[in-house]
Amino acid sequence: MNTRIAFQTIVRKEIGRFMRIWPQTILPAAITTALYFLIFGQLMGERIGDMAGQRYIDFIVPGIVLMSVINNAYSNVVASFYSTKFQRHIEELLVAPVPPWVILAGYVFGGVARGLVVGCVVMAIALLFSEVSIQDYGVTLAVFLLTSTLFALAGFINAVFANSFDDISIIPNFVLTPLVYLGGVFYTVDMLPDFWRILSLGNPILYMVNAFRFGFLGISDIPLWQAFAISGGFTVLLALFALYLLQRGVGIKS
Amino acid sequence: MQALSLRHLRKTYKNGITALNGIDLDVDEGDFFALLGPNGAGKSTTISIIASLVTKTAGTVSVFGYDLDRQRDLAKSCIGLVPQEINFSQFEKVFDIVVNQAGYYGIPRRLAMQRAEQYLRQLSLWDKRDTASRQLSGGMKRRLMIARALVHQPRLLILDEPTAGVDIEIRRSMWDFLRQINRAGTTIILTTHYLEEAESLCRNIAIIDQGQIIENSAMTTLLAKLHTDSFILDLAAPRAETPAVAGYQLELSDPHTLAADVPKQLGLNNLFAGLDAQGITVVSMRNKHNRLEQLFLDLVEGQKGIAP
Repeated sequence: MNTRIAFQTIVRKEIGRFMRIWPQTILPAAITTALYFLIFGQLMGERIGDMAGQRYIDFIVPGIVLMSVINNAYSNVVASFYSTKFQRHIEELLVAPVPPWVILAGYVFGGVARGLVVGCVVMAIALLFSEVSIQDYGVTLAVFLLTSTLFALAGFINAVFANSFDDISIIPNFVLTPLVYLGGVFYTVDMLPDFWRILSLGNPILYMVNAFRFGFLGISDIPLWQAFAISGGFTVLLALFALYLLQRGVGIKS
Repeated sequence: MQALSLRHLRKTYKNGITALNGIDLDVDEGDFFALLGPNGAGKSTTISIIASLVTKTAGTVSVFGYDLDRQRDLAKSCIGLVPQEINFSQFEKVFDIVVNQAGYYGIPRRLAMQRAEQYLRQLSLWDKRDTASRQLSGGMKRRLMIARALVHQPRLLILDEPTAGVDIEIRRSMWDFLRQINRAGTTIILTTHYLEEAESLCRNIAIIDQGQIIENSAMTTLLAKLHTDSFILDLAAPRAETPAVAGYQLELSDPHTLAADVPKQLGLNNLFAGLDAQGITVVSMRNKHNRLEQLFLDLVEGQKGIAP
């Protein structure tokens, strides 16, 4: 059994899916973030002034790019894998000798690929409003890969447990969005009163946004090693859990 | 060699329903095998366990000697499945569905595309290769599932009601295709509600009911168990009363039509002689029931304690 070909097949199918329906998968992120940059960055940002020693619009660019990566990596996998279950073509994979880790890797790679495409589109739009540039390509790439993998895995787990289309929108709407908005995308946690600042440190997205901002601007509210330890730790945990679910056939086999 | 061997296969679902109650079944290599049973008997559960879509509670499944638990990849590579329900992406194109399935079996893309073309042509779907699957007719969807199941050239093809809802012309062409691939060496297991289909195609048969195998024999052996054949005779001239011929059960359905139960030991010649003696001319005749259908009903109703 050639697992490389099986993996390539899943990835090709996943990338083909989100590219085929680009008005649903890529365009909304471009429009939403253009509005963010226009309203928060351009119109309000000039009145806000500097934040952490940076122009406000430059400060928010890394967070908004990462926010798009997180949302798209997650929603690609949760929608695609749930649809695969719902339309029952998961059976195409189950009857074939495709190991569970290849199925997981294929779907996660699809989510990472959409995160990359949308991230690049959002970055291109950001450059219309801001002059921000990447200071540390290694850190930026590492944070992108870890974060998109982590949220693609989370989307996969959500899809495994989902029994209806409602179930695939609950986590993104009621958990992911608040965590992202409270994760230091639009502000530095140093601005917050002690109670809220300490509470914010319990939000894993804060670490990823700050590490990503470090890659762009060279500034971060928290030590870089903590961001990588937390993202890496969560990624390993979710990958092991997702594999366990697939091997047990949870949500896909009776 | 046995293409399929099931031992003590048992399945109890989480809701407590036992679908399979420890069945044993062997299918020889090269066979065209019918697995029949009423709705809810356990046919689809059996097939789903063999195809790794349902987790068994107990027992073993062996495909061409490969144990499905211990030699999973080798066993799975031998199986092609045509499921009962349509289960491909509604948005994917016909050609992509077949090529992607080959990819899941590790077949290089160039070869996958060649095979996809071969099977889509054989199943008269090549013209539809760029059509999204949701735009296909019911019969085309069924044929697409056969092409998809064959693309990795399995040694064992399992078809779960492949002709359900398909018109007679397409059904006949599918039969011809299945006979052809069976002659080429592919072992076929078929479940169907069209018993004429099973009788026409299959050499061996198992009947499953309430999670147990209640009959497993050669088709000819099973059909030989039928002691009486029922025929409909079309009469040349109308009759007001039912004629009587000793040993035969006759009933006039209408003035031109006579239903006759013919015991095998008496045969048809005696019946015709008896009718001829009464000046009755039979212009044509046909079977009242499909023979397998009659046996199937006898067996299943017997299992339920209902007198046939």
